[in-house]
Amino acid sequence: MAEVQLSQADFEPLHADHEIQSISRPSLSYWQDAWIRLKSNTRALISLYIVVGLLAFTLVGPLLWTVDPAAQDVDQISLPPGADRSATIVAPYEPWSGSSVMPIGAGLRLADEATSEAVRLHWDPVPGAASYSVYRSLFNVGSDRALGLPLVDLFGEDTSYFEDRLDLTPRTYHYSVIAFAADGSELGFETLEVDVSRVITAEQALERGLIRTIDEVQIGDEVLMALHPFGTDYLGRDMLARLMHGAQVSLFIGIAAPLLFVLFGVVYGSTAGFIGGRVDQAFMRFADFVVALPFLLFMILFKIAFGIGPGESGILPMLVALVLLSWPATSRLVRGQILQIREEGYINASRLLGAKNGYLVVRHMIPNTMGVILVTLTFAVPSAIFTEAFLSFIGMGVAPPTPSWGSMCNEGIKTMLTTPHELIFPALFISITVLAFNLLGDGLRDALDARMRSTE
Amino acid sequence: MWQYTLKRLIQGVITVWFIATATFFAMHNVPGDPLINDRSVTEDIRANLEEKYGLNKPIVDQYFIYMGNILRGDFGISFTQENRLVNDIIREHFPVSAILGILAVVFAGLGGVLWGALTALYRNRLPDVVIMFLVILGISVPSFVVAALAQLALVNVNDVLGFSLLPVAGWGTIWHMLVPSMVLGLGTMAYLTRLMRSSMLEIVNSDFIRTAKAKGLPPTKIFTSHQLRNAILPVITVLGPSIAAITTGGFVVELVFAIPGLGRYFVQAVQQLDYTVIMGTTVFYGAFLVFMVIVVDLLYGWIDPRVRLE
Amino acid sequence: MSEVVPSEDSFTSAAGKQLLIFAALAFGGIALLMLGLSWASSLTGSASGGNNAVDVASNTITVFLREEPPQLNSSLSTDQVSGSVLGHVIEGLLRYDENNRLAPAVAERWEVRENGATFWLREDARWSDGEPVTAHDFVFGWKTGLDPANASEYAFILYAIKNGEAINKGEMPLESLGVRAIDDHTLEVEFERPLAYFDKLVAFSTYAPIREDFYRATQGAYGADADKLLYNGPFVISSWVHGASLKMDRNPLYWDKDRAKLDAIDFAYITSDANATLNLFKDNKIAYASLQSENLNNAMELRWQIDRFMDGSVFYIEFNHREGRPTANHHLRKALQLATDSAELVYKVTKLPGYLPGESLFPVWLKGVDGFLREEYPANYPAMDVEKARWHLAKAKEELGIDEFPPLVLLSGDNPISSIQSEYYQQVFKKHLGLDIKIDKQIFKQRLAKMLSGDFDMVLAGWGPDYDDPLTFGDLFASWNLNNRGQYRNPELDKWVRVAQNEQDVQARMDAFGEIQRILIDDAVILPNYERGVTYVTHPQLKGMVRRAVGADPDFTNAWIEE
Repeated sequence: MAEVQLSQADFEPLHADHEIQSISRPSLSYWQDAWIRLKSNTRALISLYIVVGLLAFTLVGPLLWTVDPAAQDVDQISLPPGADRSATIVAPYEPWSGSSVMPIGAGLRLADEATSEAVRLHWDPVPGAASYSVYRSLFNVGSDRALGLPLVDLFGEDTSYFEDRLDLTPRTYHYSVIAFAADGSELGFETLEVDVSRVITAEQALERGLIRTIDEVQIGDEVLMALHPFGTDYLGRDMLARLMHGAQVSLFIGIAAPLLFVLFGVVYGSTAGFIGGRVDQAFMRFADFVVALPFLLFMILFKIAFGIGPGESGILPMLVALVLLSWPATSRLVRGQILQIREEGYINASRLLGAKNGYLVVRHMIPNTMGVILVTLTFAVPSAIFTEAFLSFIGMGVAPPTPSWGSMCNEGIKTMLTTPHELIFPALFISITVLAFNLLGDGLRDALDARMRSTE
Repeated sequence: MWQYTLKRLIQGVITVWFIATATFFAMHNVPGDPLINDRSVTEDIRANLEEKYGLNKPIVDQYFIYMGNILRGDFGISFTQENRLVNDIIREHFPVSAILGILAVVFAGLGGVLWGALTALYRNRLPDVVIMFLVILGISVPSFVVAALAQLALVNVNDVLGFSLLPVAGWGTIWHMLVPSMVLGLGTMAYLTRLMRSSMLEIVNSDFIRTAKAKGLPPTKIFTSHQLRNAILPVITVLGPSIAAITTGGFVVELVFAIPGLGRYFVQAVQQLDYTVIMGTTVFYGAFLVFMVIVVDLLYGWIDPRVRLE
Repeated sequence: MSEVVPSEDSFTSAAGKQLLIFAALAFGGIALLMLGLSWASSLTGSASGGNNAVDVASNTITVFLREEPPQLNSSLSTDQVSGSVLGHVIEGLLRYDENNRLAPAVAERWEVRENGATFWLREDARWSDGEPVTAHDFVFGWKTGLDPANASEYAFILYAIKNGEAINKGEMPLESLGVRAIDDHTLEVEFERPLAYFDKLVAFSTYAPIREDFYRATQGAYGADADKLLYNGPFVISSWVHGASLKMDRNPLYWDKDRAKLDAIDFAYITSDANATLNLFKDNKIAYASLQSENLNNAMELRWQIDRFMDGSVFYIEFNHREGRPTANHHLRKALQLATDSAELVYKVTKLPGYLPGESLFPVWLKGVDGFLREEYPANYPAMDVEKARWHLAKAKEELGIDEFPPLVLLSGDNPISSIQSEYYQQVFKKHLGLDIKIDKQIFKQRLAKMLSGDFDMVLAGWGPDYDDPLTFGDLFASWNLNNRGQYRNPELDKWVRVAQNEQDVQARMDAFGEIQRILIDDAVILPNYERGVTYVTHPQLKGMVRRAVGADPDFTNAWIEE
């Protein structure tokens, strides 16, 4: 048996070894933790790229693409992207009063080249005719006599000529002329297929910056009209330029307004829900009051109150008005959530540990309502954009010619079937913005939601 | 419970009174003149018109006269529809809007709960992605586009089929109600889907669910009585006022589908400065909204017993 | 989730099944709800058409109304929809026939003299309750329109009758109106001033007859419902569901038995949305619909028959001629006039085939001495000349003593065409003249209020005819006309307007209109934009629908269905 030598040192108590229990990573607060998680969240990253892209489009875009969004090119109205742009130079337009010498016997024919300036028709006078009616169709007239648009009714036997200037675009038209007797019976019918070519005068080309001096071109030369990568709208304005400038208004309103009114709604609702009792009732009744007020009426009042002159863009007042009239829904939602959360166990526990009310609300309750708040935020964005469009439409938002995506949508709807690009592009941009916020909302919720942590 | 309801009703009346007063004074301060028309009239005729509509009295007098009339249930005669009592307008057109609105909300509510639960359940799998894509599309497209497209689709369907499967516009039978109410409810349905999804996701991973599963409760019971019931609260919060909002906001759908509802009057009255109709519809809708909120709050207490209503 | 627990999957599928059951129940519940609501809605009694546009068996056509008719009391109505409805069910002394010429209606024959007129009424004209239509009914109807207590906005059209204006102002009693029923079927009218065009006025709805005993029996609700009106026209209103639909049946008591060929006209839809009506037309539910420039191509593709008519109205930019406004300056107005080309607006921007470029306040369809007024008195509107415009602009700056013009306000309405027009002109004036134009978009009532108070520099305005005589346009800018909201004052113009009002000789009157037209152009009082036309499509089997610039439009009283 070995003898164990014991010394005094053996009976000294051990020091507590804090090293074992030490936290090896820095201590993170809730928000710091959320931030880290957000940064590594794929969805949030994608949405960030989208937002940066949109901002670049808005701010940098106009510096690169310097076309004036208000410049109207009436010869290229509602042009789809990628349409043909060539035009021939011609002499300026002179009114036509029929050819003086017309060979008889050749029927309905062109008196001149058919151009986008005018199509001049003449036909043989029909004996006994009291009037002639001219029609134009985009499609073949056919045996069912689908004559198309009635252009004019001409009276008098000798007025056997007509100049058409209505909306001539470079395509094929089918003209028809019918001769009527005084009693309305039909005396003659002819059709003619006409191909129209696009033309422009040298002065107009100079004016639009297509050529530098007027001597550069002669009659008969070809020039290229201005390029519009995204097409043009109903007044011939460049879509790309309008989208870029419109982004400023739409993004500003679409982001600032929701942020502001959701913020206000959260503060209001959580206060009401937390305090409860009479304060809650009073707060909520006031919210009901605001919701029930007729929106349009009060928007008009705000406009007057802010003293917006005619034709000026009232963006800030519109922002204020939007915020003032939209916060109740959020506040009610948040209040409901707070009423629920208020009864949870951890709240009581926290209170017992000495937490103050403010701390409870900000640190415990609101993060748990994040899901609901973020959803509201996401939906508030397109809603704000469209409300702005509606208000601009009735004269209360941006004044023409300032564009905004929402008002471009409004205009684009009318020609949805014939020239869809006028609607599709602004709607696409709105969708992208909504998508960005949706993803951001998802990412934020994943990052902020304490309960999701263990399940990622 | 009854005491609470009574208290709420009284509060409701006071709220409606505030709404009426604010609207009345706002309306009279908006520039423009309800009596002006295309053809200018002489001063005498103008004076007679003002007399006829009681607009020549000082505004405070007008206010008290008007409030007195409301208490008797008389909202006056419309300025634009010169032979119709506002009461009649509301009485004849509100049921139409209400029916449209109720259907829209039911679609939105049931649909929202269904899709939302689906996406939460199959999170990150195919149903989730598809539904969320549709939701984003749904809220990015303004309501008048959806309505116009829906009507166009109906026309084409009828054309292709050769007979009228569903009416393209108008009102009267259940077939007339189907498409307009779906269009009307679409926006809210998208919102509710998202809300429900978010709400369910939080619950799906919460402690008490884990406890329930550990206890061995059958999955279906967990789903309905625990998950759904808790997740549905935000949806209910939104649903109540939604009914009021949808019923008022039915303007676009009513216009496109030629439906004789109250929404059209509500909007056009402001544009035409038809004072009596503005007041009548605002007060009526205000009362309706307040009532719906009371119903929702009562429902709240019933669904979640922990919520204390004072 | 890092670990896939088998029970999770089965949980999901169980929950999934639960959802499916829920969906099925929801579906069933909704169906039940809809049935219930449908029953509830039938109680409120607003079922609208499910019939086809043209029904041969019942000889009925289905059409639509743009809005609920606001006022069917003929002495008070002002709008076009009410006018169209009234044109089918109530008839005055004279009417416009399908060729838009004045034709006898309740009056069999008439005589217009310098200071008065006499109308002999037919004996077989009856009200829908069987009583004959008498001269007393006209006397009462006209007095009702002029009664100051009724505050009719169209009372001015009755001022042609002696003492009419004084009565309307309350200065004379109703009995002193210059119209008498000599007997039941003879009506004698005295004019306030010598008037050549009284017969054209008489076709207007404010001149319709009203039977006194029926009117009093309705106690202020005349025209409020189908049973609160008496009818003497080719149709009667058989049912009127406010805001939803209106139905007319053929009037068996109408004196002209062969005129109305349809048995019923069902206005089954009330909507102002052009796309909705077009869709209803495509779906074969209504018998006609208007076209916008956006649907034209679609209409041609579907090979529909497209018609057009001039709806009679003229649109122009009106200037504010009040003192202190820049636009009161003649040279500025000339500059603006020469910088514009209305042909470009109509042919390239608005692009509807019905529209004509604006050249004059007087539209092309007005009749002159023998032919059309505009042919006999060509407008000679100056062509666009930017250089000259700039010269005028410089002159204007000189006269006003300024270097640059302040922003000018262009007041505009909120409808789509106004928006396009205002944006177009904003750019045109900026491009050619360097002027800064602010667009003030207002809704209807506010735009009118601003016009009345003079709170604008330029305004997009328009005017539609009340009766078929150039004077309905010609007197617009007379200094006493309340509708002259720009307050243009020109004694020479006033002189010519008086000539046109008082002269009996047609040539002299038309010469006066020619002078008025010249002054309006030379002094650039307005900038005519366009004369509006409407393109529309009709069901191929519907024949005889009449569209009008003056009078009830559309008019189905002569329409029939072709088999």
